[in-house]
Amino acid sequence: MELLAFGKTGWGDELFIATLMTIAVSITAMLIGFLFALIFTPLKLSKNKLFNLIGNSYTTVVRGVPELLVIYLLFFGGSGAVMFVASIFGYTEYIEINAFITGSFAIGIISGAYSTEVFRGAIQSIDKGQFEAAKVMGLSKFAQFYKIILPQTLRLAIPNLSNVWQITLKDTSLISVTGLVEIMRQSYIAAGSTRDPLFFYSFAAVLYLMLTFLSMKIINKLEAKYSRGY
Amino acid sequence: MDLELMANSFPKLLNAAVITLKLLSASLVIGLFVGLFFAILRLNKNIFLNKFAYGYSYVFRGTPLLVQIFIIYFGLGQIEYLRSTFLWVILKEPYWCAIIAFALNTGAYTSEILRSAFQTIKPGIVEAGRSLGISNKIIFYKIQIPIAIRQSLPAYGNEIILMMKGTSLASTVTIMDLTGVAKYIISTTFKPIEVFIVAGGIYLFMTFIIHNVIKFLEKKYSFN
Repeated sequence: MELLAFGKTGWGDELFIATLMTIAVSITAMLIGFLFALIFTPLKLSKNKLFNLIGNSYTTVVRGVPELLVIYLLFFGGSGAVMFVASIFGYTEYIEINAFITGSFAIGIISGAYSTEVFRGAIQSIDKGQFEAAKVMGLSKFAQFYKIILPQTLRLAIPNLSNVWQITLKDTSLISVTGLVEIMRQSYIAAGSTRDPLFFYSFAAVLYLMLTFLSMKIINKLEAKYSRGY
Repeated sequence: MDLELMANSFPKLLNAAVITLKLLSASLVIGLFVGLFFAILRLNKNIFLNKFAYGYSYVFRGTPLLVQIFIIYFGLGQIEYLRSTFLWVILKEPYWCAIIAFALNTGAYTSEILRSAFQTIKPGIVEAGRSLGISNKIIFYKIQIPIAIRQSLPAYGNEIILMMKGTSLASTVTIMDLTGVAKYIISTTFKPIEVFIVAGGIYLFMTFIIHNVIKFLEKKYSFN
């Protein structure tokens, strides 16, 4: 137990901060994923064949390739890509991207592919009359989608989005390979310096279980809130 | 775009894909038995067994696969007692540790898939079997299991693909599977995009094959 003490003698405070880091990365990744979903869901549902192809390749590639491979691509290729874009604007110094941004972006791309599928399913299960009514009201295409369809989609999507959240939360453990100090990385460091891997990895498992348990509780509340009136 | 590197790394990555497939098939076969075992426990009326199986699937589905591999590979070696038993022959090999972790993980998901498949079997089918005078054991093996397998095919297909992606974590415990070799080539050549295209292409190809095999099986064993 003294291994978990706060302060200089134990790993309690380090692991606590690492847990906050895991939560921060998960939330950021989830939000980045939503941004991707907002772009790619309309593409997937579009009648334009080219848009369709772009949307479908995104979800197929990201869901068919291991998360670790996507992380390595961004970890090794991320700063190169940013430097390439910067060089177009005439900036040629070396740019190093911080592990938090790379990590959340990598997990965000993955979580976005799953969110896109969830939103697509939810939109397709909305009654056709809603689309027609929105059109008849004379709303612009943009307003039709973002004001009428999207709010209804959220209610249908929340149960499946909670699965995406659980996947995202667990996937953040993978970005420990890039050196970002979240639960997994901190346990690795602690296990290495105390030579007690069994204890620290088991404790990491407990922390993850607590996080998944807590998020289940919160999501259940949200679900109840959004399905009022149904 | 370095086409030469892509052509050179292709055979290496293809060789590594064989290891990925070996890991996948071994863990799926073991995982199927683990899953069936725990699904049966879940359907048991004994509260203790029931809770035990539920706890197992909750823990393995609620924690990342990476933690599970690390506990088995780095953690179990710490127990002095284990080192003196015959289990140590298996547990000192990263390859077997990875397979054990994958099998236990996929077993948890498989048990949930099978449990819900068993629960959706209409009671009438079991009653029909009983009224024909078939013993409970034979009803279970010859009627319930085949129907449950058919019911769970679509969900199990997803699980196979998720597991195939999961085997990439073997690279974190020094196994040179497809992702391990891809990472090695990336870190020696610093050409992430080229390697990603080749390695990702191989993964996508495997996903495509698995997807179609499952679709074929679904069609073959459909009820109508």
